[in-house]
Amino acid sequence: MAYFNLAAAFFVLVSMALMLGRLLLGPTLYDRILAVNSFGTKTVLFLCVFCFVIDRPDGVDIALLYALMNFIATIAVLKFFRYRALDVSLAKSHITQSDEER
Amino acid sequence: MIFVSSAMVSTLILDVGFMAMLVVVAFAIVRLQSLFAIVMLQGVYSLLCAAWFVSLDAVDVAFTEAAVGAGVATILMLAAMLLADRESKPVPINRQFGPILVVILAGIALLFALPDMPTVGDGNSPANSYVGMDYIARTADEIKIPNIVTAVLASYRGYDTFGEVVVIFSAGLGVLLLLGLDGNAGKWKAKPNGIQLYAPSAPPARIKPDNDGGESS
Repeated sequence: MAYFNLAAAFFVLVSMALMLGRLLLGPTLYDRILAVNSFGTKTVLFLCVFCFVIDRPDGVDIALLYALMNFIATIAVLKFFRYRALDVSLAKSHITQSDEER
Repeated sequence: MIFVSSAMVSTLILDVGFMAMLVVVAFAIVRLQSLFAIVMLQGVYSLLCAAWFVSLDAVDVAFTEAAVGAGVATILMLAAMLLADRESKPVPINRQFGPILVVILAGIALLFALPDMPTVGDGNSPANSYVGMDYIARTADEIKIPNIVTAVLASYRGYDTFGEVVVIFSAGLGVLLLLGLDGNAGKWKAKPNGIQLYAPSAPPARIKPDNDGGESS
């Protein structure tokens, strides 16, 4: 079973390399954002697999935290590129209110 | 024992793969012109570092790297990029000889210092011989926390950690004051008595009312 986990970790590494290629070549901005997001997901998967390789399954908890952080970072990047600001609420009521202010 | 050693070799293959990808990302950061791609690549560099640290069995360092490097630093670099240019101009080749000379000299000096490094897993290395053994022997009695790293950080070196937290907080505060993360530093209008009248937050030309991300609460 350890060899199975090692092979899985190796192929997560290969998929990381593929994401890296998309990130380097990616013609548009959204290719790159998606590549970074997917790269973070691959990191989470690698952590999940590797903590079973070294026989310490409590690494799965840390992988969950990685997943949360990756999601928040992607939302922050997208928000930054849409609004040029971070203190914008994503709720609909705030946006209509700020529309009226302008 | 054969099984253990081959598993170690396979982990070494993973380490080498991570290091190769780090080198690729580093060269891409140096060579690319689009600053947005460079910021994204820095986030990927931090994620790769985190995965590599996990592979080196340093999960706590990996967690810090992922939180600070991939999370906060990416956003801060994006904010800095929005205040500055979007493209970087290439440095002419005749101005690159000095830096590479410095790098080569420093690399030679580090290689020269390499024989003094302890071998991996050496029981007599400095990390395994002096005060570290003292912590391992006394933490269970004195602090009664099962994690020795936590005991060292939060109890034995508590004032140290407190000072670090203060330094990091003030550094973050300074960065926020300099960057102005709301993206409109200098455009604030206020009454003389200090009440804020008008703080533009979102450019309304880009907003479609029926399409605002679906994250409404």
